Amino acid sequence: MTDILNPALAIGGIGIVLGILLAIASKLFAVEVDERIPLILEKLPGANCGGCGFTGCEAYAQAIVRGASVTLCGAGGQKAADEIGAIMGVKAGEVVQKKAVVLCAGTLQKAADKYDYIGKRDCLSAFKAHGGGPKSCDYGCLGYGTCVSACTRNAIKIVDGIAVVDVQKCGGCGSCAASCPKGIITLVEAKNKYVVKCTSCDKGAAMKSICSAGCIGCGLCIKACQYGAVSIENSHAVIDYTKCVGCGECAKKCPRGIICTIDGGGTECTEEKSASSEVVL
Amino acid sequence: MLDIIALSLTAILVQNVVLVQFLGICPFIGVSKKTDTALGMGMAVTFVMTIAAMMTYLCQKLILEPLEIEYMQTVAFILIIAALVQFVEMFLQKIIPALYSSLGIYLPLITTNCAVLGIALVNVRSQYSMIESVINGFATGIGFLLAIVIFAGVRERLEFSDIPKPLRGFPIALISASLLALAFLGFQGMKIGG
Repeated sequence: MTDILNPALAIGGIGIVLGILLAIASKLFAVEVDERIPLILEKLPGANCGGCGFTGCEAYAQAIVRGASVTLCGAGGQKAADEIGAIMGVKAGEVVQKKAVVLCAGTLQKAADKYDYIGKRDCLSAFKAHGGGPKSCDYGCLGYGTCVSACTRNAIKIVDGIAVVDVQKCGGCGSCAASCPKGIITLVEAKNKYVVKCTSCDKGAAMKSICSAGCIGCGLCIKACQYGAVSIENSHAVIDYTKCVGCGECAKKCPRGIICTIDGGGTECTEEKSASSEVVL
Repeated sequence: MLDIIALSLTAILVQNVVLVQFLGICPFIGVSKKTDTALGMGMAVTFVMTIAAMMTYLCQKLILEPLEIEYMQTVAFILIIAALVQFVEMFLQKIIPALYSSLGIYLPLITTNCAVLGIALVNVRSQYSMIESVINGFATGIGFLLAIVIFAGVRERLEFSDIPKPLRGFPIALISASLLALAFLGFQGMKIGG
């Protein structure tokens, strides 16, 4: 009889004791959850893009309860900020809306490949191949669309071999920027109108032989700018947004047509310019 | 001291829990797509294995042996490990939230990890003392960590390789795991510390 009773009692006893201990522990170590967190979470877009600087919407919701600013969610925009502000009982400030911009204008026709790349159609794989990928320009967009798959809002398309951001859809989270092995996608505050679509550090003469759209550092944009907002750094033009007023004089003067508006996706001004300037193809 | 080092090295390399003993293959394949999640899983397993080795030793010596019901050890150990993991999870959530959020979902996964149970049983079979059991548990966990992190690195590279279509994903993962196991076979026959 004890042959059966002993193990049954022992194992049953272990089970019961552990069960009671766990019950006590669950009371002892109960974590109180702020009831505002699920409410805030409901107002956030739920894309978990990380644009706010936290690891996801839930982490941001927890941070808000602990006192973080309610205006960090670019994807949710002003509407989400106001609603969360109402939950938290604070007045939401203005949301700084950011947009992603691909700083390259070297389409297939303008910057040829230096070799045939046969491999996975993915920027990171191509980047690891010889010479940082097949693109003639070391700084240019490879166009295999790693950013397209990184985008949570389906806002990026590959057009003519380079990535183009649809500004209307872009929430400014920056996941595309993080995914780009060339590091040529940046976030620009939406109120800034103009960007220089080239980050090449190659000198003008070298640039001319590589890409017919790249910045050659001619400095016409510097002369055109009355506000001293444009400068040449590392052989390409850079706009200082603390000084830029968005007049567009630099864009009109650029012989390469690569100073473009953010929202136009750059196409209208590149086409216009390339027709009027000498550097067609 | 030398015994302890020998025991640890044996558990980490010569008798690697995944690549030589083939225990814990499920998390090894399941959570090895990225190096940092693999690291999280490896640390969680190490943590639980160390504590489980101690608890199961106590259970064996204080309950099973006096009652002469050693044959129930598998059932008893599963009970203890499952309860232990639950307890550790609650404890961490309250006391060390940072560690809890980094181990996160991996903790409950370990409840039914055969590697943890396997090591508890190996400890009993090898008649290790309390200290030896704990060290063996910890070193085995480190061995698991080592294997899963190396494997995650391999799988990250696999993502960018041109793999024949029928082999993509899971099959190539198993094949690379077997090649990794072959590499660890190189440690076989090594006898450390006499």
